[in-house]
Amino acid sequence: MVVDNLSQDEADRVFHALADATRRDILTHAITRQQSVSALARRYEMSFAAVQKHVAVLERAALITKERRGREQIVHSNPNTLRRATELLGVFEQLWVQRATNIAGLLAGEEGDQK
Amino acid sequence: MTVLTSEKDVENLTLTVVAEFDASRERVWEVWEDGRKLERWWGPPTFPATFTRHEFVVGGQSRYHMTGPQGQTPRGWWRIDAIDRPTRIEFANGLAGDDGEPAPGVEPLPSHVTFEATDTGTRMTVVTNFLDVAQMERMIEMGMKEGMTLAVGQIDALLPAVAAE
Repeated sequence: MVVDNLSQDEADRVFHALADATRRDILTHAITRQQSVSALARRYEMSFAAVQKHVAVLERAALITKERRGREQIVHSNPNTLRRATELLGVFEQLWVQRATNIAGLLAGEEGDQK
Repeated sequence: MTVLTSEKDVENLTLTVVAEFDASRERVWEVWEDGRKLERWWGPPTFPATFTRHEFVVGGQSRYHMTGPQGQTPRGWWRIDAIDRPTRIEFANGLAGDDGEPAPGVEPLPSHVTFEATDTGTRMTVVTNFLDVAQMERMIEMGMKEGMTLAVGQIDALLPAVAAE
C-alpha cells in the first residue's frame, strides 16, 4: 500500500493520517470497496464537511485517491492493495481447488479398494 | 468429480469453492472426520500434512504439521466451532509456533463447510472469510509458498479437464 521509499515528509503525512480512528475506519471501507464521499459520510455522526476533511488528509498521504463522477466524489483506496487482495484470494482458491481434487482422488481410490 | 467452481469476492475478502463428488455425504464427511484421511488431502503438493491431534467435536482442537521438500515443517491448528453431521462443519485454521501450539498475533481463518446431497453424490461448499490482506499474507508465508506455486501449474492443467467433464 505504501511505496517502498517514503521521504520523511511523506512518512509524516502517512502516520498523521493513520493516527485518527475515523480516518483508519474510512480507509478500511475504501479498501474493501470504492464509494462516494457522501456514502462514507452517512456512516459517521459528523458533518459531511468533517468527513470531507478526513478524506482530504488521507488523500494528501496518498492512501486514497478521489475522482469526480458526475456530482459525486468517489474515493478509491490505493489500487495496489486491491490487486494484492485479488492475488492472495487466487492463491487460497488454488489451494482449495487442489484440496477438492485430492478429496476426489481419495474417494475414487476408496471405491477401487472396495471392488 | 464433475463440477468445480469458485468465486472470489474481493470487496468482502471471501472465497467460495464448490466441488461435487461422486460419493455419498457420509463418505465425504469421513475425509474430514478421519485424521488419517484428512492428512491425505489437506497439505499442498510437496507439503504432506500429518495430524497429531484431531478432535472432531464442537470445541475440539487439532494440531498438524506439514513436511516440505527442504525438510521445513510449518505447523498449524484447527478449532472446531460447529458440527452438524453430515451437513455442516465450521472450523478455524490458525498458525502454530515451533511447539505446535497456536501462535499469538495472527487471527485464525474461519471456514464454513456445507455438504448437500445431489442426484449423483455430494456438493461440498467451502466459504472462507479473510480478515484483511495482512492475515492472508501471514497464512501463505507459513512456509508452504513453494507448494502453492507448484500447485498453480497442476491446477491450470486440471481445471479445463474438470470443466469439460
